[in-house]
This record gives sequence, structure tokens and C-alpha cells, in this order.
Amino acid sequence: MNNRVWVLAKRELASFFFSPIAYVVAAVFLAVSGIFFAGEVFRPGHEAQMRDLFDRQAFILVFIVPMLTMRLLAEEFRSGTIESLMTVNVRDYEVIFGKFLGTWLFFAALLVPTLIYAFMVLGYSGWAVDPGPVVGGYLGLLLLGGFYIAVGTLTSSMTRNQVISAVLAFLILSVFTFLLWGVASRLTGNWQTILRTINVYERFMDFSRGLLDLRHIIFFLSVTAGILFVAVKILESRRWR
Amino acid sequence: MIEVRNLTKYYGPVLAVDDLSFSLDKGQIIGFLGPNGAGKTTTIRILTCFMPATRGSATVAGYDVFTQSLEVRRKIGYLPESVPLYMEMRVNEYLKFRGQLRGLDRTTLKKRTGYVLEQCWLGDVATRPIGQLSKGYRQRLGLADALLHDPDVLILDEPTVGLDPTQIRATRELIKELGKRHTILLSSHILPEVEAICHRTIIIAGGRIVASGSPEELRRQICEQSRLIVEFKGSGDAIAAAVRKLPMVQNVETLPSEGAVRLAVMSKSDSREAISLLAIAQHWPILEMRQEVASLEDFFVRVVADQGKKAVLSA
Repeated sequence: MNNRVWVLAKRELASFFFSPIAYVVAAVFLAVSGIFFAGEVFRPGHEAQMRDLFDRQAFILVFIVPMLTMRLLAEEFRSGTIESLMTVNVRDYEVIFGKFLGTWLFFAALLVPTLIYAFMVLGYSGWAVDPGPVVGGYLGLLLLGGFYIAVGTLTSSMTRNQVISAVLAFLILSVFTFLLWGVASRLTGNWQTILRTINVYERFMDFSRGLLDLRHIIFFLSVTAGILFVAVKILESRRWR
Repeated sequence: MIEVRNLTKYYGPVLAVDDLSFSLDKGQIIGFLGPNGAGKTTTIRILTCFMPATRGSATVAGYDVFTQSLEVRRKIGYLPESVPLYMEMRVNEYLKFRGQLRGLDRTTLKKRTGYVLEQCWLGDVATRPIGQLSKGYRQRLGLADALLHDPDVLILDEPTVGLDPTQIRATRELIKELGKRHTILLSSHILPEVEAICHRTIIIAGGRIVASGSPEELRRQICEQSRLIVEFKGSGDAIAAAVRKLPMVQNVETLPSEGAVRLAVMSKSDSREAISLLAIAQHWPILEMRQEVASLEDFFVRVVADQGKKAVLSA
């Protein structure tokens, strides 16, 4: 991989461990996951599956990812470090992609402790659970998280104010996740097809059901890339203003 | 090494840099001097590819700052005015990050880190978080960062701000020393600094070059405009009138004086001899005669004030 992207990603990843917000976010995510797991999934009589947990986690991410991404570029603009960053021989896309990658790695690390739940479910069911939905769920979370982080990176590139960046990201993610899902179920015909196409939550739920649809994977990867591309263009446009 | 042609920059309707042209040869140290808001930082930001110019062009080491920005940025070490740093990182971590970003390999990076830590007196804070450092240390870390990849061109925006007097002297020595191997453009609003370090000085105000040249040339410009103060024993307007008639004298001003005639003479060329001969011929004893030595400081203030007046007139 491009060395500069990796250097930037490493710095971004390391800086999460110096930020109190990242710890709060991690704590909230893991606590809520744990509560759902203990209260709803891991109880007598419940089907031995992770799906309910994954769907809840996808829900929480809408609130949590903006708090991880709000700092990415907004803080560079505010503190002026963008000047020392952009006057080094880095390309704009390397900056955006490095920041995206660092955040995505932090997010992936956040999922690691939840593997314990998967093993508990598997172990207590005597390894009789179909691993497909578990693998699918994690893959889905990684793809969905990537999409969310790309949106957060985009909104962070548009302002020097972290709060604005977070709120904007939250609004966009809410539309893609909750609103389209809710509206689509009330509509019929072409409109429903269109809304369903861009509704990420429904696509994610296919993953957590164990359905690894290549179309969904391509959708997430291409939309994520497209949003990051817009973020690169916005970063470039700073030079013109 | 640096070539700037007709550079113009507008921020919206505000003109920040107005048709600036200058060039800088390899191994030279050039000083950019001007009051706040003169356009120094804007020019520097264009040269470091941080923002584009509205009109005009600039090349660094033969590369165009707009079309070949990556090559330009590889050649430049830049210390921004505000010295932006990542506060949560440690000094050595920061230098490592910057070196890796610059694409230095492991051995070079290690060698250069050791070198810049020593040159910028950062050895004893290498493992401290940047957020805990004083302004002076941060300034030196910014300088260390600019030097890290051994660039051909160093661009330093106000490099001695926030340093104590000993450090200022040491930094000036360092810059002079670096000037032997690097081409340096530095901005400052401190005159003696520029005078002490730079081979050439460009004074800008209102986005335009108002004067430029070596410190000696600037001095000459000043001396041409300096006044001769002469005091004669005697009284009356006759003395002033006679002095005014001398061919090289342009202007004579009568200064207040008790029991003597005190004149301030402005002339095209040296008028001292002519005035003393006149005094002998007319039997007007000269009590005092001296060249009023204007400093670069006065010159600077006057030049900038003139610029301000012009701006007011044109507004």
C-alpha cells in the first residue's frame, strides 16, 4: 500500500488513544452491545444467534461514528495543522484516505471484544450454530462502518467546527439508515425500489441474516469510495477559496 | 532558486499581494520585511503551494508551484508562522511521523532526527508531549521539522518569534550557517534581524515591494535622503537664504535655536564642503555640523508610512 497513506493512518489511529472522546465512544459502544447481549440475546430459550445484536449495533453506529470522525479534518483546519500537513509532498487523496483508514481500523478494533459474545453463543450451543450469519454480520458491520466513516470524513472536511461536522454526519446517516427504511416500507412501486436501493440498513440486515450478496458488497464499497472522492474534491477546493 | 513573476492574490475583493516580482539565487538568504498584513505570509503560502495565486506565476527550484506542486513541496522546508503541531504527540514521534511522510528511509530518518534535535537544542525534550512545551521549544520544533528532510529551500515565516534573546541569537547563527548550504527565504518584522542575517532584503507594504536590495544598498538609499544639520553663530534669514542658493541644495528648513541659526539641509549630493566654504567666505562661524544618520528602522517606518498615505489617498 502507499506508504504515505499508511503513515497518515497510523498517526490517526494513534491519536484516537489520546482522545477522551474515543474512549467514551468505545465505552458506550461496548456497554450498549453488552447490555443487549446479556439482556436479549444470551438468555434461556432464545435462539442461538447473533443477528439481534448485530442489528442493534448497526443502529448505535449512527450515533457513535460521527463522534469518531468529527475531529478528522475539522480539527486540522481549526488548529492550523492543515498548513504543515498540506505543504508536505502528500496528495489530497492520500490525506483523506489515510484519515479514513485510521478511523476504520479503530472501528475494527472496537469490534474485536464483541467476538467474545460470538464465541459464547457458539460454545453454549455446542458449536451447533451456523457460522454464516456471524461471519456475515461482522463483514456487514465492517462495510457499513466504512460507509458511515466515509460520510463522517466528508462532513469533517466541510467545516472547521467539530460539532457541526458531527451533527451533519448524524443527520445524513439518520436519513440513509432510519428515514429511508421507514419511508420505503410505506411506499409502493418505483419509489420504493429507489429508496430501498439506497437504504443501507436493509442491505445490512441481509448480511446479519447470513446472506452474502455480492451486489451489497459492491454497493457499500463503491458508495464509500464515491463519498471519499467528494471529500477529496472538497479538500482540494479549499485552495481555491 | 525562487522566481516570482507578477504575483497577485485577492481574498475575495481584498487585494493581499499586488503584482509582486522578485527572484532568489541558490545559496542566498533573502529577508522579507513588512508590517503586519503586508502580504508576507500570503506570498509564502503561495510559494509553499498552500494556496494558489490569483494571477502571476512562481517557480521554486525550476518547478512551477501550481502545476508541479508535489516536486516543489519536496524541495521546500517550511516553518509556518503559527507553528501548527499535533499537541498530543511527543517530539520524537512527531519528527518520525513527519520524516516518514516525507518518505525518508529508516537510516536517513534516524540520522536526520539526531541532527535536527541537536541543531535546534531539542535533545532534552525529545520524549515530552508537544502540548507541554513552551512557545520557544515549539518554535524550534517547527524549525527542526522544516530542516528534517534536508531541503534545498527553506522558507521560514517569522522564525524567531517567541524565543528569548539567547535563543534568538543562536537561531540567527543557525540560519546563517544553514544559508551556506540552503537557499533561505525568511520573513520578519524585526529589522536588525534581517540586517544581520540576509544578503538581500525586500521590504513590502500593502502587498507591493517598496524597497529592495542588500543592507548596504538600503543604507545608501537612506543616506541620500538624510539631512545635514548645521548651526551657525549669528542670526537672521540671510544665512538660510544663502545656503538655499547653493547648487546642490534642495531644501532648507530652519530649526528653532537660541542665539544661533540652525538649519536642516537636504541636498542631492554632499553639501558639507560647499557650506563650510560659504561660511568662511561670509564669516559665519559654524558651531556644529553633522549628518543626521537615519537607521534602517527610520527608513522602514517612513516607507511604510508613505505607503499608508498613498493607500489613504487612493481610497
